This record gives sequence, structure tokens and C-alpha cells, in this order.
Amino acid sequence: MVLKAAPEVDVAVTERPVSVRSAVWLVVLLGLLISPWAMAATLPVDKVDMLYHRYEGGGMLIDGPSVLVRKSVGPQVSVSGQYYVDSVSAASVDVLATASEYKEERTELTAGVDYLYERSILSLGFTNSSENDYEANTVYFSVSQEFFGGMSTITLGYANGWDEVGQRGNDSFEEDADRRNYQLGLSQVITTNSLLGFDLEVVTDEGFLQNPYRQNRYIDPGNPNNFLYQAERYPETRTSYSLAARGLYYLPYRASIRAEYRYYGDTWGIGSNTYELAYVHALNPRWTLEGKARYYDQDQADFYSDLYAFKNSQTHLARDKEMSSFSGITLGGGLVYEWKQTSLPGISRLQASLLIDWLDFDYDNFRDVTAPGNYLPGEEPLYSFDAFVTRASLILEY
Amino acid sequence: MVKALKTGLPALVIVLAMFATSGCSDIKPWVKPYERDKLADPVMSLSRHGNADAYMHHVYQSRESSRGSEGGSGGGCGCN
Repeated sequence: MVLKAAPEVDVAVTERPVSVRSAVWLVVLLGLLISPWAMAATLPVDKVDMLYHRYEGGGMLIDGPSVLVRKSVGPQVSVSGQYYVDSVSAASVDVLATASEYKEERTELTAGVDYLYERSILSLGFTNSSENDYEANTVYFSVSQEFFGGMSTITLGYANGWDEVGQRGNDSFEEDADRRNYQLGLSQVITTNSLLGFDLEVVTDEGFLQNPYRQNRYIDPGNPNNFLYQAERYPETRTSYSLAARGLYYLPYRASIRAEYRYYGDTWGIGSNTYELAYVHALNPRWTLEGKARYYDQDQADFYSDLYAFKNSQTHLARDKEMSSFSGITLGGGLVYEWKQTSLPGISRLQASLLIDWLDFDYDNFRDVTAPGNYLPGEEPLYSFDAFVTRASLILEY
Repeated sequence: MVKALKTGLPALVIVLAMFATSGCSDIKPWVKPYERDKLADPVMSLSRHGNADAYMHHVYQSRESSRGSEGGSGGGCGCN
């Protein structure tokens, strides 16, 4: 598991009681889970997981490698390490509106250990993400246990992140952001060919939760045909809740369909729905084809506006397009080659995949101020963009 | 909705905890370990692509306000 170091993080003073309550529930449930009815669990297999990833669209080009190595140490312990790079070349609409194109690199390192103790797997890990203006650290802990004859698996996770936010060209700028994640997952075998999964996650943030480079705009009081920019001002706390349900069904031939739904809501007034359908089809014992469709829609943050009527018109100000109302679709496809019991020395299983996704986002109230032509403020065309995501993956189990 | 979730979360935890510890009830596991060959097939995996799946979560988290419950953090099919 790699927990993301998003530039948004942690609990507010006013939200602390929620964190305490959640922590108490976590401990109670952990106690209940160490129960005599559980079945044996197994550690993850030893492997090398190599990935080349590339995102291109909306003025952004981000690519890089990722390598994960996992090795067991004795029958009860498995250790893992991961190296991940994002090389970013950015000229998105937000950047072009108020700044100039830039390049940067983000490097992420993760170290983790999994411990098999009787019927549970306990996992502990640390992730550091570093770029020239953002440093993020996360520790995570999770416990996973099978029970009910191995038909059910429950997972509890907790993560704590602390980030340091900087700003290029402004050495005196230094802000903090903290984050806590509480995760609860249940995977349930329903029949010999169907599975259900449920997830609940609460995330709390506290600190500097905005992007220091982004700005919002308001109508120029001296000339209503013009607009001016001012700094963003987000709340210093945020708590979000997400609930997901997913089902997998094995078809009468060697293929599966998967359906997912996720609801999301947070204290900034953002609510969203995510729907996903996927199909995996085996062409023969080694080759499989897969395809998926995903639809996402969200409502804007309460304090978002594409164009404020005047300067400092409200306490919190945001024109970040991720805070607006929008929808997005993804269509994806992939080809996977799997070779079990290989004749390669030391390799027990090989899996090579090429996956391509097309993403398309349409914004309901975020306007493109870079659009050519002369428009009055607030009458520019609505923004939209699409992007291609390519993933080439090679997994070697040994 | 957020308020409802704040109230609902403890209730859900209790229900799940009761379910998790209900080993003495009359309901017995009805899918035996030897009947799970289809469930163990990689086409039935929720995280078949490992790092490549985690990367897509990152792609969406960077462009959408939503976060969490991506399903890549655990679970499993109970096939082991």
C-alpha cells in the first residue's frame, strides 16, 4: 500500500474529538478481531514489481519508473521496499493563467514490514515523498485477518502523515500540514464464483491545505470588463468520509465482471459519486484482455467560485478546479501475459501488462481564462481536457 | 450526510465486530476451501496489477477532490 501525500492533510482542533473517537473504536475492534474463530492467513509472495507510468494531457506530462521488491525473512516476516519517481513537465491551465511552465521531479521511497502472527497479518510502513517545494512523510499500520472459514477478511488501517509545504522562489515560506487516515475494509466470499468488498475511510487534515501557487479572481472594481487575482485562502481543517462497495463475479467461461460504487463527502461541502465497471476476459491460459469504464461526478466546495464579485468577498476563497463542480469519464483497456511455473531460473511466475486509459474531464463552473478571443469576465468557455495514462508493468515472483 | 456518517460509523463498527466474532452461531462457512479455485483465479483479483493499480489511485487523487476507500489497501478473496 502506498499512501499518497496529497497537498491536503489532517485534523482541526475542532475535529480532534472525532479522531479520538475513531481511535477508540479502532482499538476496540482490534481487540475483538483477535478471536479464536479466525482462519490462517498467508504473507504476500516474494516479488519484484516494476512499472513505467506516463500521464499526458491537460498541458501536463508526468512519467517515471517505480520498482517494488518484496522478500520474506523466515516464515513469519516479509519486508518490502519501493522506489517511485514522477518527472513533471507542467503547463496546465492553472499554471498558464498566472505563472509559467515548469519542470520538477518527485521521488518517493517506502519501506514496509508484514508480520504473520497466528491468524493476523500486521503491516507497518513508512513513506517519504520529496520534491523541491514539498516534503511528505507518512507512517501506516494495518491489521488484516481472515475468519469465518476464510470466507471473510477484515482489514483495519491507520496512517499518520506530516508534510512540509514550501514555495519556489520564496525561501521564507514554510507551512505544515498533517493528516490522519482511518480505514476499515471487509472482503466477503458470497458463492464459489462471487465476492463482495466494502471499504470505509475517514481522513482528517489540519494545516496549510491549499496550493501556494494557485490564485482566484475577482471583478476589477475600476473596470468591470476586467478581473484581478488574489491569493487562495482555504480552511485549515478538513474531514472526509468515503464508503465503497465492489462486487466481482466469475462468468460461466474464464472471465470476470467487476462493479464498484463509491460515495464521498467532506466538511468543505464536496460530495462525489464514482461508478466503475470492468471486464476481464481470458483468451487462453496465458493471455487476458481487460476493459473498464469509470464515471465520476462531484459538487463544488462551499467556498469555491470561478469569479468573486469583489476582493476578499468571503472568508475562504478557492478557484482551484479540483474544488469546482465537474464530471469525468475513463475508458481503459489492457493486455496481460501471465506465465505460471516458468522455466526461467529462480522465477516462479511472471506477469507482463500493458494498460492504457483515456480520461476526459468536463467542468461545470470552471472557466478557461486562457481561451483565445475576447470575453467578459465570467463568460469565457467552460474548461475541459482529456489525458492518456499508460502503464507498462512487469511482475516477477520468486 | 457527513453528520449521518459520524453517527453511522460507530454503529457499522459494532455490526462488523459482532459479525467478526460470531463464530459460535449456527451459520457455517458455505464455500469450502476446495471450492475456491475460481475465486483464486487472477481474473478475480481486485488488485491484480499491484503498483500499476496503486498508480491509478494517485492519478485520480491528484485531479479529483475525493480520496479514500480505493480498495487497494487490503482485503483479499479469502483464497489462501
